Amino acid sequence: MIRFEPDRSQYPQPGDDGKIEIDLETGKYLKLWHGPNHPGITGNMSVELTLCGDEVVEGKTHVGYLHRGFEKLMERRTFIQVFPIVCRVCVPEPDFNEWCYAQAVEELAGIEAPEMAQWIRTLILEMGRFNSYMMAMGGIGGALGMGVIGQWMTYVRDLMLDRFEEMTGARIYHMFILPGGVRGHLPEGFSERMEEVLQTAERYLADVDKAMFTNAVFKARTKGVGVIDPALFEPYGVTGPNARAGGVAKDLRKDAPYLVYDQLEFEVVTETASDIWARARVRRRDIDVSIALIRQILAKMPKEGPVMAKLPNVLHWKIPRGETYVAGESSRGEYGYYLVTDGSGYPRRVNVRGPSYTHAMALLEHLIPGTNIADVAALMVSLHTYPPEIER
Amino acid sequence: MMRDLHDHLKTRYRLGDLAERRGNLAFVDVERADLRALLVELRDVHGFTHLSLLTAVDWIEEGRFQLTYLMNNRAANRTLGLRVFLDRADPVGDTIHDLWPTAATYQRELREMFGIAFPGSPRVDEEFILEGWTDMPPYRRDFDTLAYSQQTFSDREGRETHDPRSHMAKKLYPEGQR
Repeated sequence: MIRFEPDRSQYPQPGDDGKIEIDLETGKYLKLWHGPNHPGITGNMSVELTLCGDEVVEGKTHVGYLHRGFEKLMERRTFIQVFPIVCRVCVPEPDFNEWCYAQAVEELAGIEAPEMAQWIRTLILEMGRFNSYMMAMGGIGGALGMGVIGQWMTYVRDLMLDRFEEMTGARIYHMFILPGGVRGHLPEGFSERMEEVLQTAERYLADVDKAMFTNAVFKARTKGVGVIDPALFEPYGVTGPNARAGGVAKDLRKDAPYLVYDQLEFEVVTETASDIWARARVRRRDIDVSIALIRQILAKMPKEGPVMAKLPNVLHWKIPRGETYVAGESSRGEYGYYLVTDGSGYPRRVNVRGPSYTHAMALLEHLIPGTNIADVAALMVSLHTYPPEIER
Repeated sequence: MMRDLHDHLKTRYRLGDLAERRGNLAFVDVERADLRALLVELRDVHGFTHLSLLTAVDWIEEGRFQLTYLMNNRAANRTLGLRVFLDRADPVGDTIHDLWPTAATYQRELREMFGIAFPGSPRVDEEFILEGWTDMPPYRRDFDTLAYSQQTFSDREGRETHDPRSHMAKKLYPEGQR
């Protein structure tokens, strides 16, 4: 493989602290805003790049374009009124918010959801993971000039949204998981229609394997690029596929099984190179795990049973003082809700721990110096970040 | 499990009682002066290498802020929440960005949203989420979101607004029964 090696003799040299002293007056540097409106940005955020030639010498993440003060708004709503807000913290994978919040409320109120509800919740979370990965695959293809991958994946995601719609009545924000259980059973014939979707998805994913992962340009632009040293994983709070691509077999579904994951068989997907390629491969292989899990859940789940525990009157629901943290493995890593109650009818404090908070801020700012300007979009997309989690 | 760890640590640090939430999750009060040494010991000796989150709770009635450091030991599947209380009148926390670089982001957010100072934390005074904000830190309990939005924005013409609690009660129980 031929690689272009630039002449680095004219580049600025870092000082003793490893940082370059940037003086814009010298004319050697250029400020470039990557986002918030840019095809290579992941959602409504921006990275303020300082360039020297075509190399990035500094990058600062800017968020705030989407801030709606969700955590504060939740403090002014009763426990049940919070639901239309939580799902909007993450558009591509909203169900994780519903489950984490519902589970936290149940813990503090001493309620347990029935077994049937646990299975349906697990199914919903895997369907949500599948959809989130569809966007990630499309994104990584799009960032490297393969727009058609995004079109295929959007089509497949839409088929899964059809299944969400028939199950919950909504496509994006479902609000199907509530404290005490879920809102209903699966519709008649749901498994058969889901199987059709999964088979269609597998056909498209086989095409993705051929079009993307055997593509010479894709390989050249992702292998050895954007490497995260595994030593950075703990200090920078790296979790999920970003850590698994560096050989760390950590997955909360296995390490701290929640819902019915302890009754399901699946492997924790890992790669070793920790570069953009490895992160894309982990996600691609994790889609297969999700597909297998959806089939397993539909085969193993009970056929009938209650889906909702008895709740107190939700208009007058007061929860005793306490605090808890509920976390699970989302498509991007550890997703958690920290809920504090004070005995009143409103949450005292809700704090969302989204994986993008660590990945798109401290980690991205650490990784970006030295990157070629053409690789910035691929690096960002490979971290699979969703800005609303950062600024809730 | 958590109790053994608590008993062990209590011999050297001023810790409060252990509040166990689940078998693998517990919370404990820590003196601010002991926090750093305790975090280092938890990380280096007891395997709590992952900082799950750092956030604050405003206990305005008690005149103090609670900082919560959620420390996670993934291998042993245990999470310990450390609670540090700061005087609400002059809230100053200790930066831990040198232990976990990602903590700098949390501290920057706490500075902006709660007005808690973290001297020495990188870029802590730079705007994070808000831009040109001059009001009180908005995540404090005494910041009234409703009053703020009423002052800042105007209602659409013809909009009807109901108090959700009384409106729903009237809708669900029109004859006043509960």
